[in-house]
Amino acid sequence: MAAAQFDVKYVAHLARLALTPDEEKKLASQLGNILGYIEKLKELDIVNVEPTAHATPMINVMRPDEVRPSLPHDDALRNAPAKANGLFIVPKIVE
Amino acid sequence: MLNQLTISELAAKLAKREVSAREVMQSCLDQVARVDKKIHAFISHNDTDALAQADAADKAFAAGITHTQKPLLGVPVAIKDVLAVKDQPLNCGSKILGKFVSPYNATVIEKLKAAGAIIFGRLNMDEFAMGSSTENSAFGVTKNPWDTTRIPGGSSGGSAAAVAADETIAALGSDTGGSIRQPAALCGCVGLKPTYGRVSRCGLVAFASSLDQIGPLTKNVRDAATMLGVISGHDPRDSTSVPQPVPNYVANLTGNIKGLKLGLPKEYMIGGLDLEVKAAVDNAVKQFGKLGAEIVEISLPHTDYAVATYYIIATAEASANLARFDGIRYGARVDGADPIELYCKTRGAGFGAEVKRRIILGTYVLSSGYYDAYYLRAQKVRTLIRNDFLKAFEKVDAIVTPTTPTAAFKIGEKSDDPLQMYLSDIFTISCNLAGICGISIPCGFTKKPKLPIGLQLLGKPFGEEIILRLGHAYEQNTPWHKQKPPL
Repeated sequence: MAAAQFDVKYVAHLARLALTPDEEKKLASQLGNILGYIEKLKELDIVNVEPTAHATPMINVMRPDEVRPSLPHDDALRNAPAKANGLFIVPKIVE
Repeated sequence: MLNQLTISELAAKLAKREVSAREVMQSCLDQVARVDKKIHAFISHNDTDALAQADAADKAFAAGITHTQKPLLGVPVAIKDVLAVKDQPLNCGSKILGKFVSPYNATVIEKLKAAGAIIFGRLNMDEFAMGSSTENSAFGVTKNPWDTTRIPGGSSGGSAAAVAADETIAALGSDTGGSIRQPAALCGCVGLKPTYGRVSRCGLVAFASSLDQIGPLTKNVRDAATMLGVISGHDPRDSTSVPQPVPNYVANLTGNIKGLKLGLPKEYMIGGLDLEVKAAVDNAVKQFGKLGAEIVEISLPHTDYAVATYYIIATAEASANLARFDGIRYGARVDGADPIELYCKTRGAGFGAEVKRRIILGTYVLSSGYYDAYYLRAQKVRTLIRNDFLKAFEKVDAIVTPTTPTAAFKIGEKSDDPLQMYLSDIFTISCNLAGICGISIPCGFTKKPKLPIGLQLLGKPFGEEIILRLGHAYEQNTPWHKQKPPL
């Protein structure tokens, strides 16, 4: 997990982020530093420690499986960059 | 000047009909017009709408509605641009949301409205709440009202600056790693982060879902208690909100803190801590002693690992939460030949540098092959950090620390070194990881230039009453909260 060999291009693709070559270079260096700093967590003994996903005692918060009103159609489409016939317009996905 | 008053002072005048809600709102708007070109706390504000709400409040007063029924009737509250207010713009300090207008109100907004508050303005912030200086906004930098060459803190910099500059009576902010408490400290106002799960996050644009909380920024502790009482409570629309009854926070401000035990964590009085900040905090601790509190030295042994833990967990959660900004259902869109190209170009163009940095880091620590070494490990260290606090709270009622290691730094001073910026969050960050509550209150000023210094009180989960009572007792025996910036 060498912090120095940080593959910015690959991770940017996973994150669906287009970066300029300048941004890629800068990020590789800054994130290299940050990851170097984060290595200090390896100093700790975490054997038999349970992970904390969130700090409340709540688990499996459910509600009855009943249909309830949700956001009205028009409100949901209100901020769409492109819409028609009550649908969001997107680039072609399937050939 | 009406805009300089606190919620309780205004409530008294409004109740006696000495002033009208319209006069109060107008006074705030006049102040905004007078100082905001220097401060830039607001991204936008709709004066017509604000005054219409004020008129509605006046009608309610005339019809006999009182502050017993609606504790914030006629009180202007400004809102950080990360909270949904129906029919108002929502940008989170970013370009990527384009001309987004909220189709619904956040739960806290519904609660403020039910309490009669006047909801106005979109307050500037670091983009998607990622930052400690409000330098990362796509809408310009907010300035510290005490020295406009310096940052107000972040990410709720607009909220803190607006309260400190008397542009609003109170404000809402959000806090993921200190984003309410740190700007409150740097701007000389009160900032409270409730226990995780105390306040509903429905309608808060998510940064890190296990760390985010909404909270008030106010001119004094009593006002913070009033606001907390209004916005707290279980919400079925937020499954992380906790069904814990909401106590009367204001009634608990008895002024009596005799016998309460205050923990001083030895790891917090470190190198890096500015001498004037240390002196102010030391004096505050002495004052607590004079008021009857017992000071106990405690240890939070995993303090040194908090920043690293936070920047793995928060960025990982952010990378997931910000995946929704893809140009499809809302916001700005940059077209592409196929959806993937559209996503990449939209997000590349729409997000600022800090947001991209954190998304990339978060994506990396969650990716295949790295998840165990980084994210899972960080979650385990989080347990150790939380346990440090829970153990400490067996011995003490609250923990006292500086809020920040230094007073406000100059605009641009840390923006080239992200790691330096992250390390400045050292005192506030553990609170979010542990899920406990924290408040920052003014405790003094640096000499030259005169800049506010903040004192932080940390409380156990749902221990807001104790930190509010401690903060209130200290505040009422010190002059800091009455001082105003030279605007």
